[in-house]
Amino acid sequence: MIKTLQAEHHLLSATEEQVKLLENSIFASGELPTFKETIGKWGQSELRPDKVDIFQVNLGYMCNQTCKHCHVDAGPDRKEIMSRETMQICLKILKENKYHTLDLTGGAPEMNPDFRWFVTEAKLAGVQEIIVRSNLTIILANPKFRDLPQFFKDHGIRLVSSLPFYLPEKTDRQRGAGVFKKSIEALQILNAAGYGRENGLIIDLVYNPGGAFLPADQEGLERDFKKELKNQYDVDFNNLLAITNLPISRFLDFLVRTDNFEDYMDTLVRAFNPATLTGIMCKNTLSIGWDGYIYDCDFNQMLGLKVNHPVSHIRDFDGETINRREIVVNQHCYGCTAGAGSSCQGTVA
Amino acid sequence: MQKTYYDPADLKKFGDVAEFGPELADKFFDWYNEVFKEGALTAREKSLIALAVAHAVQCPYCIDAYTSSSLQKGVTEAQMMEAVHVASAIRGGASLVHGVQMMNKAKKLSM
Repeated sequence: MIKTLQAEHHLLSATEEQVKLLENSIFASGELPTFKETIGKWGQSELRPDKVDIFQVNLGYMCNQTCKHCHVDAGPDRKEIMSRETMQICLKILKENKYHTLDLTGGAPEMNPDFRWFVTEAKLAGVQEIIVRSNLTIILANPKFRDLPQFFKDHGIRLVSSLPFYLPEKTDRQRGAGVFKKSIEALQILNAAGYGRENGLIIDLVYNPGGAFLPADQEGLERDFKKELKNQYDVDFNNLLAITNLPISRFLDFLVRTDNFEDYMDTLVRAFNPATLTGIMCKNTLSIGWDGYIYDCDFNQMLGLKVNHPVSHIRDFDGETINRREIVVNQHCYGCTAGAGSSCQGTVA
Repeated sequence: MQKTYYDPADLKKFGDVAEFGPELADKFFDWYNEVFKEGALTAREKSLIALAVAHAVQCPYCIDAYTSSSLQKGVTEAQMMEAVHVASAIRGGASLVHGVQMMNKAKKLSM
C-alpha cells in the first residue's frame, strides 16, 4: 500500500505549497488565464452561493485505502477525526437551518467511531436525505463493519461509492491491489440487501479518470458500466457519476512527478464551459472539516481555503449571513467547470 | 531557430491554420467535428480507428491526441495496442502483397 503524502513528509502535504503551485507556474506567467480572469470574461467577477441544500461533513481523513488520486490524502495513517462534540454542533445547525441533505465523506466516514451515532441522530433530527460516500471495501475490512449494509438500509442512506472502472486492472491501479475484487463483493452484498434493486435504496457509483485526462460522457459511461457489471458480476446500481480529477494533493503530486501538470491545467482551461457556472456544487453546498472549519467545497477544504466570511468555524455558525459570502476560487476550480462540469453529484451541465 | 520539425505545443495551434485560409479551415473543422460524433459507430470506436490510422500515417500530433481521446473514452491499453498492430499489419501487408507483383515480373522475365 502506498503511503500518504503526510507520512512521507512530502512538500505537497502542506496545503500552502499546493496553493502556491496553483497560483504560480503557468498562471503567474500569464500563459494561462486564472480562474478569476476566465469567469470575469463571462461576466461573473465573483461567485456567490444560491441557497445551501447540501451540508457536507468530513468525518475524518482515516481510510483503509490509499488511492493514488486521492485529493484528501487519506489513508490508514491519518489520525484526524471529527469528535462527537463537533458532530453535535453539526446536528444543531442541521435542525436550525433545515438543510435537505447531509453528505458524509472522509476518508472512510464509517471508520469514525461516532459514525453510526451521528447518522442515527441526523435521522431523528429530520434530515431528509443522508448520503454516505462509502469506499465499498470498508464493509469487508473488519468484522465490525459487516453489518453496515443493514445499518445503511435501516436508515435509508443513499450510498455513493467509487469504482473508477469496470475492469479489475484499471481500478486496482488507481485504488490498490485487490480493491476491485473486494468492491464487487461489497456491491453484491449491498445488492442482496436491496441496494440498487429496491425502490428507495440508492447506490450510485463514481467514475473518475485513471490519469491526466478528462472523463468521457457520463451517460455513455453509465451504459457501459451497467452492461459490464451486470454481465460479468450480476451487479446493479442506480446512477454513474463522472467526476473530474482535481489538481489537489496526491493527484497534484502525480501531475507534477510525471510532468503532466501544465498540460493538464491547459486541458482544463481549454475545456472551460461557462454553462457549468450555475450548477457547480459550491453554489448549494457547504463543506465542514473534521475540526469544524467551514469551506465552500471539499476541494477548498483540502487546500485549506476557508470560507470568506467572518465566521469560519461552525461553533459560531450563522445560516443567514453565510449565504452572502463570496466563494473562494483558485485554479483548481477549472476542474469543476471543464466540459460537462464536475461535482460530488457528477456532471452539472 | 527551431531545432525540430515537430513541437508538441503545435497540436494546440491546429485551429490556427484558419489564419491563412479561414473558409477552407472552417469547412474542414465542421466536417471533422461531425465525423467524430456518435453515429453508426460509437465515439469510442471512432477514437480507436483514429488512433490506428494515426500510426499508419505516422502523425505524432494525431497519436498524441487520440491516445488521450481513447483513454478518456475508456479504451484499455490492450485494445489500443491491438489497434496499433492492426494498423501495422495492414502497412506491412501492403508492402508484402506487392511481392506477388515482383514474383509475377520475375517469373515473366525468367526462363
